[in-house]
Amino acid sequence: MTTAPACYRLESVQHRYGGRVVLDIGSLEIRRGETLAVIGPSGSGKSTLLRLLQFLERPTAGRLWFDERLVDSEPALDVRRRVTTVFQRPFVLNRSVRANLAFGLHVRGWSNRPAEIDHLLTALGLAPLAHAPAQSLSGGEIQRVALARALAFDPDVLLLDEPTANLDPRNVRLVEDLIRERQAQGVTVVLATHQIFQARRLAHRAALLLDGQVIEVGPTAEMLDHASDPRTRAFLSGDMVY
Amino acid sequence: MSQLLTEFRRPELLQIVALTLRVTGAALLLATVAGVPIGALLGLVRFRGQRLVTLVLYTGMGLPPVVVGLFVYLSLSSSGPLGVLGWLFTPTAMIVAQAIIAFPLVAGLTMSAVAGVDRAVRQQVFALGASRWQSAWTVLLEARVGVTAAIVAAFGGIISEVGAVMLVGGNIEGQTRVLTTAIVLYTRQGEFALAMALGVVLIAVAFGANVLLLRLQGRLRDQ
Ligand SMILES: Nc1ncnc2c1ncn2[C@@H]1O[C@H](COP(=O)(O)OP(=O)(O)OP(=O)(O)O)[C@@H](O)[C@H]1O
Ligand SMILES: [Mg+2]
Repeated sequence: MTTAPACYRLESVQHRYGGRVVLDIGSLEIRRGETLAVIGPSGSGKSTLLRLLQFLERPTAGRLWFDERLVDSEPALDVRRRVTTVFQRPFVLNRSVRANLAFGLHVRGWSNRPAEIDHLLTALGLAPLAHAPAQSLSGGEIQRVALARALAFDPDVLLLDEPTANLDPRNVRLVEDLIRERQAQGVTVVLATHQIFQARRLAHRAALLLDGQVIEVGPTAEMLDHASDPRTRAFLSGDMVY
Repeated sequence: MSQLLTEFRRPELLQIVALTLRVTGAALLLATVAGVPIGALLGLVRFRGQRLVTLVLYTGMGLPPVVVGLFVYLSLSSSGPLGVLGWLFTPTAMIVAQAIIAFPLVAGLTMSAVAGVDRAVRQQVFALGASRWQSAWTVLLEARVGVTAAIVAAFGGIISEVGAVMLVGGNIEGQTRVLTTAIVLYTRQGEFALAMALGVVLIAVAFGANVLLLRLQGRLRDQ
């Protein structure tokens, strides 16, 4: 595992909003093909980290590499098309569910892949809604549409921001099964979550983020069961820190 | 009432309706082709002087049509800078005037509609791999209800407008007479039934055109 090449590397990355430091990461490596869970309380900077990894924003200071290339401006289209995000609050376009799923294929000029889309619709229990206007869907349905839409064009890197926050246990299983399928295909996954059990089920490694800082990072089970940092233990046991 | 019906059979009526549609249609097309992209751009990007441009556009939306007519008249008159074109008192002059009146409406309302699209849409579209142009087009599609409203508002503004077309067109029978100027003329002449008939036609034409525009909006959704 340690010899796997880096998908992302962060070095002294700081991100500020209006002067306030919301992310301050000395060093972090995300390996190609691994699933890294980013856990941490609300406001700790998980979504901000994902926005940097999606190239939506550039770090205020420090350096970020993607695929061994320094990201100092917006990457070329074919590079950034390898990465996609399922946002914490996914936005569906004012079109049918099916048209939403096809969007990523459409912008890439790929054929519609109807079979692939049918497969995703079925796998996520969305088949009966295929022709419904996507914006009329429930929160949990929209979340599944967003995941299916992201998977449709086979990204190399999948950034998932609380992908099951609005889902019931059955749908959580459907989503996690799909994520596992992609893991087996070598997709790199970064999963932001505050659900420790989900991290345990899906992630090879976990990183704990507190107030924008990576407190601890390591193999998931090891870190969750034998946290070395008292703040990690406090977070895991539910005693909020600070 | 029966008199009103016979007025509908007047031969010049068809000609007037045809010219009205031609002038307003051409002006709307020009204003849309220029106004939608410019409005979309203004709604999408942030730049210095944006507030000033916005202010100018919003002022343009409330510009009195007759003042636009005067401006076009002076530009096109034989001693004006564009006098050599010989457009004054032709349908072309009317198209120019109406296009100038319609442009700020289309551009300004398109700008508001596009700027009103949630930032989350752009982030989402970016993350799904859209290029800059694809992203702009997608945002424009998301704003299509507002953009259609912009075009509808501009259409309503110019088809019902009388001052500018009267000034630059001259209301010449068989040449530059449109529904609104004809209504003014016939009312002055006491031909109320004919004026009423033309009024009914004007409303019907406007209704029909809006039905078409709304259909177009529906078509865009299914794309
Ligand atoms: N665009 C922004 N402008 C200003 N502050 C921001 C912005 N985005 C995030 N923040 C702030 O940065 C901090 C980190 O936010 P972030 O969304 O990354 O947290 P999070 O870990 O994802 O939280 P949650 O678990 O609630 O989703 C928060 O205090 C938030 O208020
Ligand atoms: Mg978040």
